[in-house]
Amino acid sequence: MTYIAKPKVQWSGQRHNELGLTIRDYEGGLSTLCAGCGHDSVTAALVQAFWELAIRPEQVIKLSGIGCSSKTPAYFLSGSHGFNSVHGRMPSVATGALAANRDLIAVGISGDGDSLSIGFGQFAHAVRRNLNVLYLIENNGVYGLTKGQFSASADPGSKAKKGEENRQQSIDPIATAITLGGSFAARSFSGDKNQLVPLLKAGLTHPGCAVIDIISPCVTFNDHDGSTKSYAYTRAHMEAATFTDLVPPAKTIETDYAEGDATSITLHDGSRLKLKKLDPEYDPGNRAVALKFLEDHRVRGQIVTGLLYLDSDMPDFHAVSGTSKKPLTSMSHDELNPGADALAKLQESMR
Amino acid sequence: MKPTDTSNPDYFHRVVDCQWGCPAHTDIPEYIRLIAQGQFTDAYMVNRQSNVFPGILGRVCDRPCEPVCRRARVDEKPVAICRLKRVAADHKDDIQDRLPEIPTRKNGKKIALVGAGCASLTVCNDLMPLGYECTIFEALQVPGGLMRSNIPAFRLPAEILDEEIGYITDMGVDLRLNSPIDSLKALLDEGYDAIFIGSGAPKGKELDIPGRQEADANIHIGIEWLESVAFGHTEKIGRKVLIIGVGNTAMDCCRTSLRLGADDVKVMARKPRGFFKASDWELEDAEEEQVEIVINHSPKSFVVEDGRLTGMIFEVMEYDIEDGRITDSRVIEERFLEADDVILAIGQETAFPWIERDIGMEFNKWDEPVVDKTTYQSTIPGVFFGGDAAFGPENIIWAVEHGHQAAISIHNYVHGKSVNDRLPDRLNLVSRKMGIHEWSYSNYFEPAARRKMEHVPLSERFKNLGTEVELGFDAEQTACEVERCLNCDIQTVFTDKLCIECDACVDICPTQCLTITEPGPEEDLRTRLTAPADNTEQLLFLSGPLEQTGRAMVKDENVCVHCGLCAERCPTAAWDMQKSIIDIAYAKDHDVSPCAARQTG
Repeated sequence: MTYIAKPKVQWSGQRHNELGLTIRDYEGGLSTLCAGCGHDSVTAALVQAFWELAIRPEQVIKLSGIGCSSKTPAYFLSGSHGFNSVHGRMPSVATGALAANRDLIAVGISGDGDSLSIGFGQFAHAVRRNLNVLYLIENNGVYGLTKGQFSASADPGSKAKKGEENRQQSIDPIATAITLGGSFAARSFSGDKNQLVPLLKAGLTHPGCAVIDIISPCVTFNDHDGSTKSYAYTRAHMEAATFTDLVPPAKTIETDYAEGDATSITLHDGSRLKLKKLDPEYDPGNRAVALKFLEDHRVRGQIVTGLLYLDSDMPDFHAVSGTSKKPLTSMSHDELNPGADALAKLQESMR
Repeated sequence: MKPTDTSNPDYFHRVVDCQWGCPAHTDIPEYIRLIAQGQFTDAYMVNRQSNVFPGILGRVCDRPCEPVCRRARVDEKPVAICRLKRVAADHKDDIQDRLPEIPTRKNGKKIALVGAGCASLTVCNDLMPLGYECTIFEALQVPGGLMRSNIPAFRLPAEILDEEIGYITDMGVDLRLNSPIDSLKALLDEGYDAIFIGSGAPKGKELDIPGRQEADANIHIGIEWLESVAFGHTEKIGRKVLIIGVGNTAMDCCRTSLRLGADDVKVMARKPRGFFKASDWELEDAEEEQVEIVINHSPKSFVVEDGRLTGMIFEVMEYDIEDGRITDSRVIEERFLEADDVILAIGQETAFPWIERDIGMEFNKWDEPVVDKTTYQSTIPGVFFGGDAAFGPENIIWAVEHGHQAAISIHNYVHGKSVNDRLPDRLNLVSRKMGIHEWSYSNYFEPAARRKMEHVPLSERFKNLGTEVELGFDAEQTACEVERCLNCDIQTVFTDKLCIECDACVDICPTQCLTITEPGPEEDLRTRLTAPADNTEQLLFLSGPLEQTGRAMVKDENVCVHCGLCAERCPTAAWDMQKSIIDIAYAKDHDVSPCAARQTG
């Protein structure tokens, strides 16, 4: 960690987004994570994504559970809302927050411990309910906060810092999310912002639960030879299946894609998601293809990245559950509390 | 673009913008750091090593360091480098015991120096400790040259001059005052081993327009008039004064006029603002004293009535300006302005009536002696030039640097070595890491704006010509101003083999200086960095290929605030903060012994 805060320096060449804010306006507190932690890069990618999308910080709610990953919300968007919940219970709190105010842009930040061990059940239900949250799993394969024990995502055969080998099977959050009926499943790497930032922007715009599994190396306990979640291993075994780019509604598409190579998906807010297949065999709209592709590469020890499954037409949590269109905060006291008579009437109707 | 060769001392030297911009390459961040620690004497000595006259320059330097200061690119106003130099000079203790010892046994080499200005004095400063016998011939009754005669005492008090000139003359210089040299030939015949000419640029430019001769009694040449004031020969001037020209001499003339009884002083500029030669701060100081600066007025004639100057006629100009350059101009009207006296401050030039043209010295088409830009030697071997005499009017700090370089040449020349045998600059790097979060420099970023120099109230300052206007920084101002320095000499040093490309440095950098990307041509690289690198005057650092991906680390030096966070966030110490010490060679470093045993290792 650092003892001097990142200085607030203004200089003439600074760029501003549509709201007139600089990227520094999207930052948060001083990170107390280890120097070189992948999570800090994810933070920086989030800062960049929010800045580029020109989202007002006060529109956003950041939610997390417990763990190194769950400290992340403290380090970006200090002007937004936040809830640091109980271990593994971030999805419940997110569900409550969104049920009360569907205008919020929710970012849930979790880790392999928080979502694949103690909160596995919560994760599963957030995905199948298509809760409108950008669900990030900062995945480093170890419990960093408790000195580096294997987590549920550690690959069998991978080695801990002191040499012991993991003999349990690993959970792949992306394969899991696809089988659970997730509408948006992607994998990326904290060390590849060119891929990660557009994915985060796509996830923030996606109407439903956008799960992004981010390999985010633990520089202290899991960045050694024998680790399959180190910077070097991830770089050597990364296989990008797709490249995603989010084009805001007003902008024209600048990138040239070869005919038939890319699909353009228009989202409900008018922005377009450009999805370029890097592997011609890949089909991110087909669950069976996606799962087979993941399995084929897993066997070969490769880490598939990119937007791996997308169904932007799947009904979201609000549509299915019929949540209030009007945020509870903007309702009058009378609307929120119709009184004893109304309660009696409701109870009567159920007798 | 090729990977940056940081073993070339110039790379890190250029990062220290102020030091690179200073002709004498004063180690500015180091002395500012010493001031911050209250070590004023040490700070003074760091200055003295390179610029010789810290107390003088801390008041009147033209500050080439400040416009290039990195701080000016971060929050508009540079660090008050010059005035901090004065802080060191004002608060130092006695430095006598830190001055070099002068050998009692001389080396038998005798040097003659013409003019006791800053250039000649610097040569003596460098050569006296080596055993030379230096003789200065000065036309005036006091040493100091232009510093004494042309800079008014309200900007530079005489006691400061006396003190700093004294440090040098007290080394045993044979200072011959009231001794103008009227023949170089005669001087050459006196048998000195080398001659240094530092006679300045003593000739003020004339303005030959109608009425000049008739009104001569009330028309003064700026530098001559200032000299006459400095030595008490002129004590009065008329109420209405026009100053022609808008350079720094004009600023001294207008402010001096106010102290000699003028109450309506106008500085007449031919061109609009932005084309003025005077430094911004000198303009500000003059305007604070209610001097009016009149733009776009070109002198046409002097008006004389009954044999006496009554004013001047000017042509009022209109200019077409494109991209900061005048493309066309025209006269739109004529205007008469009253004046009791006019001071011409339109430039000055060298004059060598005392150098015979038949003794083998080559002169160029402007009748200036031909002088080598590196060795300062003229076409007569053993005759060297420096200061304004060498290449025309410049500033004190340039003259000091000329003096240092000429001293090296003289040292080599009199020992039979080639004057071109000069040592290159060297650079040393020393890590400033003290512990996990400890650096032995103040890496805190002070957001405060530049401190404002307090001045003597307007009601007080005109009463006495010698009242120094600037009061100097007080303790609080100094404490704040030193922290504004960005420590550019604490370099970010990168070791590509150690980098694991975790992006921690890229993410933490408060000014988005860093990028890990594919190398490419510089022009293209500049467009695809984290923040576009628009300032092409500032260097890009490009590392060698990184181990994991073969990409490269790129650093845009432009607005790096040297906070050290990249090094602090780096898990593998690929970044380190290292103090660069630029080792500048002076005469004393040049080994002139006949068979110098070259040491190696």
